Amino acid sequence: MPMTLAEKIISAKVGETVRPGQLVMVPVDQVFAHDLSGPLAITQLGNLGFAGFKNPERVRFFLDHASPTSTVAASNEHRAIRDFAEKWNVELSDVGEGICHQIMLERYARPGEIIIGGDSHTVTGGAVAALATGMGSTDVAIAMFLSRTWLKVPETMRFTLNGTLSRGVYPKDVMLHIIGAIGSGGATYRSMEFVGSAIDSWSVAERATLPNMSVEAGAKCGLCPSDEKTREYFAEQGRLDDYRPLAGDPDAPCRFDMTVDVGTLEPQVAMPHNVDRVVGISDPQVKGLRVHQVYIGTCTNGRIEDFREAAAILDGQKVAKGTRLIAMPGSRTVYMQGLEEGLWQTIVAAGGLINAPGCGACAGVQTGILGSGENCISTMNRNFKGRMGNPEAFIYLASPATCAASAIAGVITDPREVM
Amino acid sequence: MTESGRAWLFGDNISTDLIFPGRYVHLLSNMPELVSHTLEDARADYAAGVKPGEFVVAGDNFGMGSSREQAPVIIRLSGARAIFAKSFARIFFRNAINVGLAAIEVDTDGIADGDALSVDFAAGILIDTDRGIERRFEPLPPIMTEILADGGLVEHIRKHGDFNL
Repeated sequence: MPMTLAEKIISAKVGETVRPGQLVMVPVDQVFAHDLSGPLAITQLGNLGFAGFKNPERVRFFLDHASPTSTVAASNEHRAIRDFAEKWNVELSDVGEGICHQIMLERYARPGEIIIGGDSHTVTGGAVAALATGMGSTDVAIAMFLSRTWLKVPETMRFTLNGTLSRGVYPKDVMLHIIGAIGSGGATYRSMEFVGSAIDSWSVAERATLPNMSVEAGAKCGLCPSDEKTREYFAEQGRLDDYRPLAGDPDAPCRFDMTVDVGTLEPQVAMPHNVDRVVGISDPQVKGLRVHQVYIGTCTNGRIEDFREAAAILDGQKVAKGTRLIAMPGSRTVYMQGLEEGLWQTIVAAGGLINAPGCGACAGVQTGILGSGENCISTMNRNFKGRMGNPEAFIYLASPATCAASAIAGVITDPREVM
Repeated sequence: MTESGRAWLFGDNISTDLIFPGRYVHLLSNMPELVSHTLEDARADYAAGVKPGEFVVAGDNFGMGSSREQAPVIIRLSGARAIFAKSFARIFFRNAINVGLAAIEVDTDGIADGDALSVDFAAGILIDTDRGIERRFEPLPPIMTEILADGGLVEHIRKHGDFNL
């Protein structure tokens, strides 16, 4: 019986063929929390009578949301997490190392694993065919405690992406288009599986934007195959041993099938206050709209490839008067690579600024909170009311190239006009 | 058993940012203060007005977005007995059950703000007595009913030593 990638991963873990809708107990290969979900997870571990991890090598804590901290409360929570990690001998990724999802992708996630994270964008791990999914602090604590959790085997929605992207159009645009088409609840409880000739041709960095944003359609996970591109990525990261090929069966029955010819798309923009309010960049609702802040980075588009695209557009240009450009590398690795390539120099010379690796203003906690009535265009994944710390502000989502072009013009701009 | 309470009406796509705005994250160690901002960006009158045993009623995709577990926690602490919505975001739904807040998928069309509701959770019946609307819903699966009855997932695991699937 042919199986989708999600069914294949779960079946291998439980040792029997599973079917969508079935409730199963699964072993958890890796589990993590960050500085917002970690404190409650630690409290719940205490409530469970925790006295040490069965599998400490599977457990991690990341300090990325407040990185570095700007309140006493956050600093004290960081202290408590550091102390806990040291006491129980589990890995701590400290301030400045970067966003948990980017680091999981670079260093830890492996094809076929089940990964539970205390953050909705844990789904990013699907870029290397890991069934990675976000849960709340209590579920995370129990996954840390028992090294197991329960799952409902998801139905699969298969997205076949064919063709070649036009100049100025990126996987981010493709994902915004898909979410616009199926809606922000369109994949609730389901697995989004991405296949097709376009996926085959994209690097893991390019692919990662799709599973990362699968949760914006409500999905439990977003999965890409593990293939030659995955092997190349693991080789670049110096962990080729973690590679193994893994893919869903092409003839597996799916709940839903959608085919996209990516070559037909223009750059896309999601309008406030929902990710599924997507229009093409030529739409008069967005084209020429004044932007006060441009924010490039986050777990959605904080990889070196994203900053190369942005820097290429910003090279020798100036950010418009009255517009702020903030760039934030997704990890220390990305930061170092950008230093070597001179990308930050280009962005700063253009009038932008670089923040330390982390989540920053995307979580609405610090470093780039919007003023009332302001518009921001960002590479982030969410534009909900209040997301960047102010319910009176307006967030538009787009690719790094569209964001960079908009920074120069001070209004939402088609990147193809400046490339 | 039938329970009664007033409806607090919300729309579709109520995000975790509307339930628990990120700007209040510094209040995590001050739950009473945090609870006073529950759902503030969706309805500023909710947190001060809701009475124990009343119900949150919403449309599709309630709780979309973040995994922040404090979102259902503060709704429970605000006094709401349950949330009735046409559909829930996955992580929110799981969190709600884990923290002991009933999240019920049911057709909420026609229910108006402030309506008197009565509900039988075990039988799966929701009645809007002001409008004479009766809706049936699928009672929660046994595992979730048991987690709720135990008072949340941590208490469930403490009681049984493991998931009692």
